[in-house]
Amino acid sequence: MARYSVFSLAAKALGGHRSWPRAWRDPVPKPAYDVIIVGGGGHGLASAYYLAKEHGIRNVAVIEKGYLGGGSTGRNTTIVRSNYMIPGNTGFYERSLKLWEQLSQDLNFNVMFSQRGQFNLCHSPASLDAARLRGNIMRANGIDAELLDRAEVMRRLPYLDYSDQARFPIVGSLFQGRAGTARHDAVAWGYARAADSLGVDIIQKCEVTGFIFADGAVVGVETTRGPIRAGKVGLAVAGHTGQLAARAGLRLPIETHVLQAFVTEPLAPMIDNVISYAAAHFYISQSDKGGLVLGGDLDGYNSYAQRGGLPLVEHTLGSAKALIPTISRLRILRQWAGVMDMSMDGSPFICKTPIDGLYINGGWCYGGFKATPGSGWCFAWTLARDEPHADNARFTLDRFHAGCHIDEKGVGPTPNAH
Amino acid sequence: MLRIRCPVCGLRDETEFVYGGDATVRRPAHGETDPEKWVDYVFLRDNPRGPHREYWHHAVGCRQWLVVERDTLTHAIGAVALARDAAPEVRS
Repeated sequence: MARYSVFSLAAKALGGHRSWPRAWRDPVPKPAYDVIIVGGGGHGLASAYYLAKEHGIRNVAVIEKGYLGGGSTGRNTTIVRSNYMIPGNTGFYERSLKLWEQLSQDLNFNVMFSQRGQFNLCHSPASLDAARLRGNIMRANGIDAELLDRAEVMRRLPYLDYSDQARFPIVGSLFQGRAGTARHDAVAWGYARAADSLGVDIIQKCEVTGFIFADGAVVGVETTRGPIRAGKVGLAVAGHTGQLAARAGLRLPIETHVLQAFVTEPLAPMIDNVISYAAAHFYISQSDKGGLVLGGDLDGYNSYAQRGGLPLVEHTLGSAKALIPTISRLRILRQWAGVMDMSMDGSPFICKTPIDGLYINGGWCYGGFKATPGSGWCFAWTLARDEPHADNARFTLDRFHAGCHIDEKGVGPTPNAH
Repeated sequence: MLRIRCPVCGLRDETEFVYGGDATVRRPAHGETDPEKWVDYVFLRDNPRGPHREYWHHAVGCRQWLVVERDTLTHAIGAVALARDAAPEVRS
């Protein structure tokens, strides 16, 4: 792998940028690998990278049915944070955030990680109390958190609606300064390039259609480019985990739902942070190109369609206007949707399955992007050592049998409410 | 916008309805003591990519619970019936 640096950039600039080598190979699949990762999004590519880097397992293939980062990796609102308070989540997401902080240097690829800080707005004294509890738990775990009162929020975010007519009053905010955003495509490309340079085969336009079994264990996958054998197979196909697992005979605590996101036309720098509007389940930030990136709630019914409906468009844009009246005349440039593994308690799975040789990384609900480095790191550990790391030990499929749910929002087994 | 043909009220917008989830799960009998059967009922889903039988509540219409056949990939809506007629019975 040719290292990217200011010197290589200058040298290539003299040649009109015509001689850059391709960032990763396009190999023909080998008949067998030590590990196959199904899914070439951020989580799958990160898993392959950490398998090679941390565990020396380099005979690895990542198999992607479309193109890299074309699923939920390229369909989110790029928010990164670690403000979780339930045991099992707290340490995991903080590990992920620490990996984010070194990611561009680690991958030699600029993922444009911008720690601009995230406000979680509170709208009642009770929600401020809940934020204080969350902030204290975060700080007890060594994670940064600040509780801001209404006056301080008004000073830092002067453009929100604080009037008597505001849809929901703003009484304060929990603020995490180390939270922020990253460029989602660059995360997939950076991990792909780094994994490829360590020997990982990245195979695109190759759909897994089934599994090869021997003595009840998974020993490979059937694909549109023929069978490929593997010592272990890991699924990292969030959104379609249930569908693929069904081909191995597994029934999962997951429903697939659709989530929309929006970008407005670009405008001058205005929103310096990430803002979450808890009462309306709405979040907004501004991209480096100037567009406001915003999103809201699920459409609410099971869907694999990767497109959403108009009622949620109205709800989301209504939330935007209620929070920041001044953006009401902006035009929407693009709108899209991704499909999510909504798990029964709102928390993910990184674990072995009841079938030998088959491992699952999924159930990310709509919090998967921020988890990308930690997810790959923990999944690689689980695949390499056949046991979970402490940080993903609770992300098991059988936690529902044991009653050990990780329900951050406290809404019970209603996937469309997490 | 989904449009659901309510057997009572006729063709209505999705915004009049509340989604109630998978209509194929069957609640075990109240006396059932095998926890696996309850785990199966409460937590596990087929989650199909294609035809799906699901509950919708016509909350701001006739307030009837419906069982709707809808394709999760195309969002095309097929047969709609009152849940009291179409819902699976409790396991005996």
